[in-house]
Amino acid sequence: MITVFNDIYSVLWVDLRFLRRHWLSTLVISLINPLLYLVAFGYGLGSGINFGGVGYLEFVIPGIIALTSMSTSFSGSSSKLHIDRLFYRSFDACLMSPISLFSIVVGKALIGLVRGLLSSVAILAVGVVLSPVLLVTPLFVLVLFTSCFVFAMLGVLIGLVMNTHHAMGTFSNLVMLPMTFLSGTFFSLNQLPDALKAALYVLPLTHSSASLRAAALGQPFPWLSFVAFLGFGLFFFVCSMVVLKRSSA
Amino acid sequence: MEEFIVTEKLTKSYGNVKAIQDLDLNVHAGEVFGFLGPNGAGKTTTIRVMTTLTKPTSGSVRIGGFDVVKESDKVKRMIGVVQQHLSLDRDLTVRENMEFHARLHHIGSSERKRRIEELLEYVELTEYADSMVDTLSGGMKKRASIVASLTHQPKMLFLDEPTVGLDAQARRRLWDLVRRLNSDGTTIFLTTHYIEEAEALCQRVGIMHHGQLIALDTPLELRKKLGLITVETLVDNKQTHYQYFADRDAATSYVQNLPPDVKTIIIRDSNLEDVFVEQTGQKVGDNQ
Repeated sequence: MITVFNDIYSVLWVDLRFLRRHWLSTLVISLINPLLYLVAFGYGLGSGINFGGVGYLEFVIPGIIALTSMSTSFSGSSSKLHIDRLFYRSFDACLMSPISLFSIVVGKALIGLVRGLLSSVAILAVGVVLSPVLLVTPLFVLVLFTSCFVFAMLGVLIGLVMNTHHAMGTFSNLVMLPMTFLSGTFFSLNQLPDALKAALYVLPLTHSSASLRAAALGQPFPWLSFVAFLGFGLFFFVCSMVVLKRSSA
Repeated sequence: MEEFIVTEKLTKSYGNVKAIQDLDLNVHAGEVFGFLGPNGAGKTTTIRVMTTLTKPTSGSVRIGGFDVVKESDKVKRMIGVVQQHLSLDRDLTVRENMEFHARLHHIGSSERKRRIEELLEYVELTEYADSMVDTLSGGMKKRASIVASLTHQPKMLFLDEPTVGLDAQARRRLWDLVRRLNSDGTTIFLTTHYIEEAEALCQRVGIMHHGQLIALDTPLELRKKLGLITVETLVDNKQTHYQYFADRDAATSYVQNLPPDVKTIIIRDSNLEDVFVEQTGQKVGDNQ
């Protein structure tokens, strides 16, 4: 067991070295979009809107934290893995070493988790200042942690599957960008027709956003959504393992 | 003689294409083995199978007595691999890359530090240890790749086209390093496009063509089979013809009987390039 932890840390270590050297620029870049959303939607478009007694700013901040956890964790694990695998070819060093595929997958996901948490906590700090009603409970921390890990795992899967920069860009534009806007981050899904609402529940960010919002605003917690979200994480992990195993066939 | 690599009927197919076909090959412990062939001949696929990156379709490979599929972890502990392209993390320093490799191979902290310092000195990179990889010259990058692959003290080192893109001075320096590693006990499996590199370094060479091993012996024995003396003749400045002879007397006799329109005649020792061209019908490095 200790060996597995050591192996996971060995895989993570190399990405932590990179982060240590570039932490400030990494953090600043990852905060630009969420802060723009906060200003544009929270203060601009949404001022005066109210959801069942909850002000729009209070409503949207958990959603923006959810999408920050998604985008930063996803890119944190996918982009470096993609570069290491296809351009630096340094990923082969992991494959030719005596550490398990499990350790490689988890180690590569952990850098996404670290980067996602770093950015999400920064946005959370801004959010708590702007909207003191937000509750940072252990449940909120658990959901945030889970959200970062699940999207980091998605990043690992995509980093392993996509073989060109173009394919990475296409995935971001066709999947990640629509998910950013359609997953109940900026509006309540209750406003939508039932069929569309059901369709949007196939997006993992919908579950992350709903769970984070409920935890932050002290609303009834959607445990079913949270379990479904964990299911997405498990699915991404299993797929990553299969892809990595097949890569040596 | 102890065999370090043994392949039996090794075959690797991609769809209908057989990249390697029934390869039977032995590499002796302690030798520098040269693996030659045109581009696409199956050299890199063979290395990928031997280094556990790809599974064979059929047949087997044993390295140091261990099967590369069933006992891949044991094989991985025995081998170091330097790929043709730079495979270091260019966002890290030389020392960090070495530390990463050492961590992946479970080398403990104090041992790791000691080995890294020793190896940096071994390849004369101590003063560049904390330089980012991208700032190094081509020769230094290659030495950094080699030294990173040595941190777990492998018994066998795979070098895939190690001197491609290097200038003559950097290439010779790398040859010295390969010789030193070999004399210190490391078995070396080397692919190269440079015939003079194979002649300078390898005790035995194998020639691959269309996924099959078509020649395997010492450079001298391969030359003997072809003829130790080569006669090049050029008629009307069009195409050079090559003839091979067992000795200089036979070659001289042949030249004396050539027709008078043959203007350019060269008599020289044959080399591995002659062997390669005769065996494959191609120059080294040609695409198939």
